[in-house]
Formats: sequence, C-alpha cells, structure tokens
Amino acid sequence: MTTTPRGADETPAAENLPAGAPLPTGPGSPEPVESSQRRPRRRSSLGRQGIEMFLENRLAVLGLVLIVGLVLFSFVGPLLHRTDQVHTDLANAYVPPGERGYLLGTDGIGYDQLGRLMLGGQTSLIVGLAAGLLATAFGTLWGATAGFLGGWVDAVMMRLVDALLSIPALFLFMLIATIITPTVPMLVLTIAAFAWLNPARMIRGDSIALRSRDFIVAMRGMGGGSARAVRSHIVRNAIGTVIVNATFQIADAILYVAYLSYLGLGVPPPAANWGGMLSSGIGEIYSANWWLVYPPGILIILLVLAFNFVGDGLRDAFEVRLRKR
Amino acid sequence: MWQYVLRRSGQAFVVILLVTFITFLLLHNLPGGAARSALGLDATQAQIDAYNVQMGYDQPFLVQYAMYLGRLFSGDLGFSFQQNQPVVDLIVQRLPKTMVLSFLAAVVALLIAIPLGVVQATRRGQWPDYLVTSVALLAYATPLFFLGMLLIVLFSQTIPLLPPQAPQGFSVLDILADWPGLILPVVTLAIVTLAAYTRYVRSTMIDNLQENYIRTARAKGMSEGRVVIRHALRNSLFPVISLLGMYIPALFSGALVVEQLFNYPGMGLMFWQATQTRDFPILLATTTIVAIATVVGSLLADIAYAVADPRVRLSGGSE
Repeated sequence: MTTTPRGADETPAAENLPAGAPLPTGPGSPEPVESSQRRPRRRSSLGRQGIEMFLENRLAVLGLVLIVGLVLFSFVGPLLHRTDQVHTDLANAYVPPGERGYLLGTDGIGYDQLGRLMLGGQTSLIVGLAAGLLATAFGTLWGATAGFLGGWVDAVMMRLVDALLSIPALFLFMLIATIITPTVPMLVLTIAAFAWLNPARMIRGDSIALRSRDFIVAMRGMGGGSARAVRSHIVRNAIGTVIVNATFQIADAILYVAYLSYLGLGVPPPAANWGGMLSSGIGEIYSANWWLVYPPGILIILLVLAFNFVGDGLRDAFEVRLRKR
Repeated sequence: MWQYVLRRSGQAFVVILLVTFITFLLLHNLPGGAARSALGLDATQAQIDAYNVQMGYDQPFLVQYAMYLGRLFSGDLGFSFQQNQPVVDLIVQRLPKTMVLSFLAAVVALLIAIPLGVVQATRRGQWPDYLVTSVALLAYATPLFFLGMLLIVLFSQTIPLLPPQAPQGFSVLDILADWPGLILPVVTLAIVTLAAYTRYVRSTMIDNLQENYIRTARAKGMSEGRVVIRHALRNSLFPVISLLGMYIPALFSGALVVEQLFNYPGMGLMFWQATQTRDFPILLATTTIVAIATVVGSLLADIAYAVADPRVRLSGGSE
C-alpha cells in the first residue's frame, strides 16, 4: 500500500456521534421550554448545523442548483421541446443554430442538437449516478468489513483492492468493453466494478479508527455480532466519508463514460450521451460547426464541476460538525 | 530499512500475483474462449484443439494458471496472429515511449504544481488560493481529449506555433530529438495530475507552516521567503515522492487518451488499435505489463520516500 502522509487526503475522520443517537432535538421531541425567552435558532441539531454550513458555502449551493438544473433540462426538457431522436433527416444536416427552427442547429445526420443534448444528458446522468452510487455502496461495505475484522482477512481483502487499483482503470474499462457489448446497464456495472476501490480504502481507514471505540466494544459486549457492528455502527458513523466520496465518484463516473465514448466503446446510436456527442463533435472542431463541439463539452464540465462543488461543500459541512463539538 | 524494503517488496509481489490472476480470469472469459479469440473467427476446430493442447488449456485450472505464470515470467506474453509478431516484441518497442511520455508529464506537472501549491499555502484564503483552486478544478473537470483538442486548435491552428501531431520516430531518441512535437502531448498529460498535485502540495505546505520549527526560524529573524523555501518547502517535498507513485495509474490511463489523440506511438496507442481490431493477446498482455509497471513504480517511489524520510520506515509506512 502506498503510504499516506499527513495532509494527503483532506478526509474528515468522521468521528461524529452514532447517527440516531438520542439527540435532544429529534423530530417530535418536545421543545424544551427555555424560561419563556426564545433563543434564536442557536441550539440547532448537529444535522441542521451541517445543512446551514453547507448553505453558507456559495459554491456548494451553486453546484446543487446546477445539478437540479441539468436534471430538469435532461428529463423535463424533452417534454417541452419534442424532437425525433431516432430517425435521421439528411435533408436537414448541419443546420446552423437558429435556422429552420432549430435552436441549436442539427448534427451531421439531422438530429436536433438541443433535443439530443437532453437525451444525452439522461444517459450521462443515469450512468454517472448509478455507477457512482453502486460503487460507493459496495466499496463502503468492503472497506468497513475489512477494517473491522482486521488481521489476515483485512490483508487479503485489501491486497485485492491494491491489485485492482494497480491496473490503470482505462485499460481495464477498454478491455472489458471490448469483451462485452456496451449497453447502459453494462456500462454502469463495468464502471462500478472498478470505482469501488477508493471508497473501500477510505472507509477501511475510518473503520479501523472506529472499531476500538467504546460504543462498539460495548455493543459487542452485549452480544452484537460483527455483521451488526459493520452495518449499524461502522457504516453509520463513517457516513460523512461515504457521502462525500459518493459525490466525487459520480463526477469521475461521468468522465469515464466520456472517455469510453471517445475511445469508441460507448453506447451505440441512436442512443446518445454527452461524452459520445463531444467525441463525435471533436471531429468537427476544424470546421465551423461549433455547436456540435462546445455545448456537450460545456455541459460535461458543468456537471462534473457541480458534483465537485457539492462534494467539497459536504466535506466542509461534515468537518464543521466535528469541530463545533 | 532493509526490513521495510523487504516487507514492501513482498506486498508488491503478492499484488503482482493477484494482477496476473485477474488477467488470467479475463483470458478465460474472452468471447469464444481463449483459443478462438487468439486465432480469429476463421480457425478450424482442429486448429483450436491443437492450440488448446499447446497452451495447456486442456489441463486443470490451477495447472493452467501455473503454466500461464511460467510463460509470463519467462517473457512469453503470447503471440499476436493479427500482427504476426510475439507480443513481447511489440511491447518492448512501445513501453519505453509511454514511460518517457508519462515521466516528462509527471515532471512538468510537478514543476507547475510545486510553485502553485506554495503560493496557495502562503496566500491561503486569499484570491491567489481561490484562483489556482478553480483553474485546477476546471482542468480536472474537462475531459482530457477535449482539453487536448482545444490546445491543438489554439497552439497549432490559431497560433501556428507547435505541430499538432506527436513525434513519429522509431526509437526513443528520435522522439526526443523531435521535441517540439512532444510539447502538446506532455502538457496535456501533465494536466491529468495537476489538480491532485497542487492540492497535495498546498495541504502539506499548510501543515508544515504550522510546525514549531517554522516558528523558531521566524523567531530567529529569518526572512519569510527563506522560511518558506528552505524550511517548509524542503520538508513538503518528501511526501511528493510518494505522490508520484500514487498517480502512476492515472498517468497511464491518461497516456491512453493522449497517445490516441496525438498519434504518439506508445503502448496506449497500440492498446487502442488492438481494441479496434479485437487483438486480445495484445490487450491482455498490455494490461498485465502496464499493471506490473505500476506496481514496480509505486514500490520504487515508496522505497525512495523511506530513504528520504526516516519517519516512514520507523513507523512502518503503511499499516
């Protein structure tokens, strides 16, 4: 394993209270009467402090707004802007934006570019979200289990992670994409199959830090099993690391889809994704058809940036929860 | 020290064994089986049977794996029937070129990242810090092939300064001799790791600037520039060695895209061409070799780090 010196990763140690611990201000708990004078919302719960912290971070809020906007654009947009994205229309190929009623022009086989961006956004978002979440979920369980059990089980589990991590990801993706037929579910599985490694490493670190804490020792003393410890204590306490990691995994997955499309192994047409549109647009970069290159490129950048802003905001929010206690 | 090196090498060896096992499993899941994928669609059943006997694919599973390992470590990486050449010859030609490209990119990335990280750490929370963070993040969020293409348009079309294609020389020396062509590919590949490197240098610098010896140095009346460069930066450079090891896989992945984009004749380009013709012996062998190069590279980086910084080997490094 690579040695990780101090400051290598700005991961929060996630030493927060066990989630669901009886904090005084849970929903439904009676508002303590504070000698009639109401204090302004100072004694809010840790969760609410985190949310406030997140909302104070302008970039994080911008990221959230961007994500919501892009989701609406991709999924609600097609209802407002109906286009035919299946049949080619060679009579209307390479129409510049604004002409013949095409807001963003058409591509080389006559697909409406704006409508195609909406369709492509659906694939990019679905693959990115599904692969990122799947990878985080699996990596979390793997890392939590390895760190909690320790000993040779940990050694074997983590050497496997090392081995997979040492194969450069794009080589593996390409190799697998050559073996399988790329469809959306297969793309999700392929990316998730190798994206769980980093979360696994991080959560393992948290898990080792947590396993000797009193509340876990106490739970074991009361007869709780390892599965329960991992499921309801380790994972819940490392939730900050998990959530922050998930946002970065989603961003990476979106980029990987773009790379696979560029290298010729994306989802075949008439399906579309931003990466594929950008890749075929790259071929037009020397011609004047700018609307085929820059819109998909800018949308990918915005989406990846948005998830990173949100991830950074969440990390700060979780860290501040720790610091304030 | 030697104990650390030995233990770390043992780990690396286990990882290499696991890597070969993974590629071995992939070999057996190739479409139509290992023999069909190597010999192509036109092979007759008799040829396939003969190939299976020759490669030992009729043996029990573990024997097969042992034979596969034996072939691998004796330098037999399979035969590409499409290129009509042993794969090892192709790789020996191509691997040094990819390594030169990746090495240059890592050096360029460090040369940019270290000053930027230092500026960020000393101007923490001020506009230079935010500016560098945003630019680095923007570079990270841009798909590499898009970024490379924009650089090509900008620096070889709009301002005709640099050639848009990488050097096509046969040997590494030929390629280095044609250095103007290397600039764009190296810079594009450097951007892959730039965001990670600057963030890392920034955070180690911030940590080091809060240490007691910095306060001592300032109390002695040393100038701020000298404190930052001679004390904080020098101590922040050690972890950078291990950072180089950590980002080898990312560099190789990036090299795959960059070589394809600039038509640079390295392993990545060969690998990409093999995906287009489904030349599975090349695909599997390249993946294995790139992985082994990664493991060896990060092993060397870790050892170098341990040599430079005694705290690592005394605390045992990892775990």
